[in-house]
Amino acid sequence: MASRIRIRAQLKDDYCEVKALMRHPMETGMRKDQSGAAIPANFIEDVQVLHNDVVVVQAYWGAAVSANPFLGVRFKGGAQGDIVKVVWRDNQGDSGSGETTIR
Amino acid sequence: MGNLDPLGLTRRSFVAVSSALFVVAALPQKIWAAALRPETAFQATTLEATFEALGGAPTVSDGIVFSTPDIAENGAVVPVRIEIDTSVLSDVSKIYVIVEKNPNPLAAVFQVPPNTQPYAETRVKVAQTGNLYAVAEANGQLYMMQRETKVTLGGCGG
Repeated sequence: MASRIRIRAQLKDDYCEVKALMRHPMETGMRKDQSGAAIPANFIEDVQVLHNDVVVVQAYWGAAVSANPFLGVRFKGGAQGDIVKVVWRDNQGDSGSGETTIR
Repeated sequence: MGNLDPLGLTRRSFVAVSSALFVVAALPQKIWAAALRPETAFQATTLEATFEALGGAPTVSDGIVFSTPDIAENGAVVPVRIEIDTSVLSDVSKIYVIVEKNPNPLAAVFQVPPNTQPYAETRVKVAQTGNLYAVAEANGQLYMMQRETKVTLGGCGG
């Protein structure tokens, strides 16, 4: 599932910038398919960004976040080579994660 | 009966029971984490109800730098960026993104511990032209900044 997140962590002046792109349909549950049946809601509810296994951002999302969500956050205290991980969980219990090293 | 203690537990069953208790004790952390998702606010259907669920109407603050496009051609993908000017607004622990005209206005919450910059960037769906709000929580107080985004193609279509 690691391929479901593209993630980059880059050291800037006094912070580390993390950018992540997740693959997820982010269905609101309000759309209908061609036969008129409702498409069930399927969206990421919970996203965590971890720096060396410490949570640096905890996000909660609703269905209004766009499909294939983008996340950009900044934290302090990162060093080159440290591991940054992004973990998500959706409302249907599916999950995904991806990690990279700070450069 | 000589090897049973007054509770009727053998040493072996005591070990089993105590390790089961340990598992139960470890569980609430996960439940607690799930409970932190502001479900009431996510389910609110009006802007007022959303603010109500978060703890009242926020006051406007220049410390919130809220960037959104003036005109969004595609309402399904509207980039938003929230930056906090920490010289004006300090100790921000949560950032909320709210889209006024959406069926459920609250789109996202970002919780940041003290060592993380109060900064968030994402993309949201905007159903129709209306105000977007960036709300920051600092020391239990709510602050906001609003921006109008015109949508030429709604975010809820196919």
